[in-house]
Order: sequence, then C-alpha cells, then structure tokens
Amino acid sequence: MKAVIALFKKDLLLEFRQQYTFYGILLYVASTIFVLYLAMGQPEDQVWNGLFWMIQLFVCVNAVAKSFLQESRGRLLYFYSIAGPRDFILSKLLFNVLLMALLSLVSWILFGLLLGNPVQNGLRFMGLAVFGGLGLSLVFTFLSAIAARAQQNAALMAILGFPLIIPQILLMMKLANTAFSQVIQDSLGMIVLLLAGLDLLVVALAVILFPFLWKD
Amino acid sequence: MRLAWWKILCILQLLIISVAGFLGDVPAKPILNETIRNYYFHVPMWFGMMIFFIVSVVNSVKYLRSGNLKHDSLAVEYANVGLLYCILGLSTGMIWANYTWGKAWSNDPKQIGAAIAFLIYFAYLVLRNSMIDPDKRAKIGAVYNIFAFAMLFPTIWIIPRLLESLHPGGMGNPALNPGDVDSRMRYLFYLVAFPGWTLMGVWIASLSIRLKNLEEKKLQHA
Repeated sequence: MKAVIALFKKDLLLEFRQQYTFYGILLYVASTIFVLYLAMGQPEDQVWNGLFWMIQLFVCVNAVAKSFLQESRGRLLYFYSIAGPRDFILSKLLFNVLLMALLSLVSWILFGLLLGNPVQNGLRFMGLAVFGGLGLSLVFTFLSAIAARAQQNAALMAILGFPLIIPQILLMMKLANTAFSQVIQDSLGMIVLLLAGLDLLVVALAVILFPFLWKD
Repeated sequence: MRLAWWKILCILQLLIISVAGFLGDVPAKPILNETIRNYYFHVPMWFGMMIFFIVSVVNSVKYLRSGNLKHDSLAVEYANVGLLYCILGLSTGMIWANYTWGKAWSNDPKQIGAAIAFLIYFAYLVLRNSMIDPDKRAKIGAVYNIFAFAMLFPTIWIIPRLLESLHPGGMGNPALNPGDVDSRMRYLFYLVAFPGWTLMGVWIASLSIRLKNLEEKKLQHA
C-alpha cells in the first residue's frame, strides 16, 4: 500500500511540475467543444447527451494514453526493481481516475458554457459524469498498458477499447438521459450497481493480468 | 476415407437437421409462423459461438499458466471459429428479422450485443497481427482475450435482460421463449441441431490448426 501511494505521488508530482497532460487535455477539450459549438450551436437534449459522452470517450483516450506510453524502457526496468507490478498498476489506475474525474467536471462546465445547459438535475448529471469518467479511465488505463507492451501507439488503444466500452457508454447515456427531466426511473439503481460491479471487475482483472504484461 | 466417430456423427446430425428442419412439423405460432424453423439454424450459432469463445479463453488462461504455444494456437483458432459463428448468427438473424420485424437491423439490444461481440473479437485479431514475435503475440493476445471476455459476457448476458426487446423471449430469456417450441422441436434442437453445428465448428478449428502446424513445419524445413 505504501508503494502504491509513493508511485501515485510520483505521478502527481510529475504532473504538477510539467503541467503537460492537464493543460494539454484542457486545450483539447476546449477546442473540440468550441468546434462543436461552431458546427451545431446549441443542440437538443439527446444530441447534447450523445456528444457529451463521445467527447468524454476521446478525452479519456488522450488523457490516459500517456500513462504507460510515456514510460521509457529504462524507467520501467527501474520500477520493476523497486516495486511490484500490482502496486504499479494500482497507482496508475488511481492517478487516472483522479485525472478523469477532474476532466469530466471541466468538460461538463465547458459544455454548459458553449452548448447550453439542458440538464434539469445538475447534481445527478455531475455525479454521473464523474462516475462515467471513472469507468472509462479504468478500462483505458489497462488497455494503454497492453498497447504500450505491444509497442504500438494510442491508435491501437482506441481500436481495442472502443468495442469494449460500447456497453458501458450505452448504459451511461441511458442513465444520463434521466438527468434531463425530473422523471424518476426505477431501474436506475440497478444500472448504477451493474456499472459499479463492472468497474470492480476491471480493477480485479487489471491486478490479476498486469503481472503478465510486466515481465518480458 | 477414414473419419473419427464424431465427424460421422456431425455429418449425420447436419443431414437430419437440414431435412427435418425444412420438412418437419412445427407449431403454428402467431408472428413467427414458419420462420420458427430458424430455431434449428440461428440459435445453435449463438450456443456454438459462446462455447467457442469460452474454449478460447480457457486456452488463453492455460497459455498464461504454462507458456505452451499449443494453447495459444487453440485459443486463436477457436476465437476465429467463434467469430465465424457470430457472423453466421448475425446474418441468419438479420434475414429472419427482415421478414418478421420488417427490417434487417432495428437496434435491438440483442443485435447490438452480437455486433459488440463481433467488434471485440475482431480487435483481438488486429492486436495479434500488430506483433511479430510469436511469444509476445501469444502473451499479450491472451491477456486481451481474457480481459475482453470478462468485459463482454456479463454485458451480453445482463443488459438484454434490462432492456425491452422485440426478439422472441422478450424481456426474460435472451434466446427463444421456451413456450414457443413443442417437445419435438426441443428434442431435435438439443440432440441434433445444437451438437451437430458445434461439432462442425470443432472440426473447422481442428483443420485450421493442422493447416497452421503444417505451414510452420514447412517454414522450419525451408
């Protein structure tokens, strides 16, 4: 556990010093949403929701891709000698979850500013945006480890990840649609539980499978 | 020509189902009518696909534990056959849907689930082809196969039960409503159609593994 925290701190510190990912992705989000605004003005609820989750998906791929692809071979060897594979993947998951939660909030605010805010239940939508971002970041962190081991770029990560993430995105859109009106759906809790279960499953799989990717 | 007993069984079963499937008596149900015969051809594809994907993932786990490349070639060939059955299942379903639902594709949760399975296993093959080193390819492929399987199957088993669907079986069972078929159809399905089509998949997989082994041998002696 101490090793996880130490590795997490290292990622955080690196981010604070370079301030590359956060501002880079911020610019990415801002310019994408601005282009969307120029292209379609202020769209209807359904379109708004669909666009929001698609942008989330692309933001996640770009934000998370860095986590493994940035580590050079030499540095990985160094980590290998000081920490276990489980600590390493857990710290990466933790860092990316935090990053994605922050970016979800940012893109929600930008969406509200530029594309209008059709959301009725703001608190619920905010919670769902963060929750969805969390699920996305977990899956893509693990896929970025696979893509990095295959010595491929972020494009492979998208190819591997998009089919896997469709069910999750569909459920998130369904959930988020409920925030556009005050209507209460009874299957809401079920879907939230299902998604939380999926997130746990991804963490468990990452912890079990990562040691195989780690060693040569 | 000498064939193993299960290959002869497979040929017999497929002959029986081709004849009985088209000529045998079926219960006259509303909406389904004669299209219920697709039960002998469409449903075994999904049963077969699930079995082949399960065999594939079991072999991936075995590969990670043993490092024996034999398990890896089993995993990839069964994934290939599973993909073939997925395509066949989708197309038989779409032909059926074209006449029963009015159009081939209507974004039904079951169609979406099948399309997702198709995309995921295609991604698995793309990932494998992106690497040249056989050991690395086998290892990373196995990791992705296990990860994808564990992500896919809960969703295609659970989500169709949460969403409304036009597919026979409606909200509950993702396959066919058990009340729609009579005992004769059920008997034909479980004893003839399902084992017959599954055995054919096993046959295809074993042939392609043999072909691959021969190619490798040829390379070694070249």
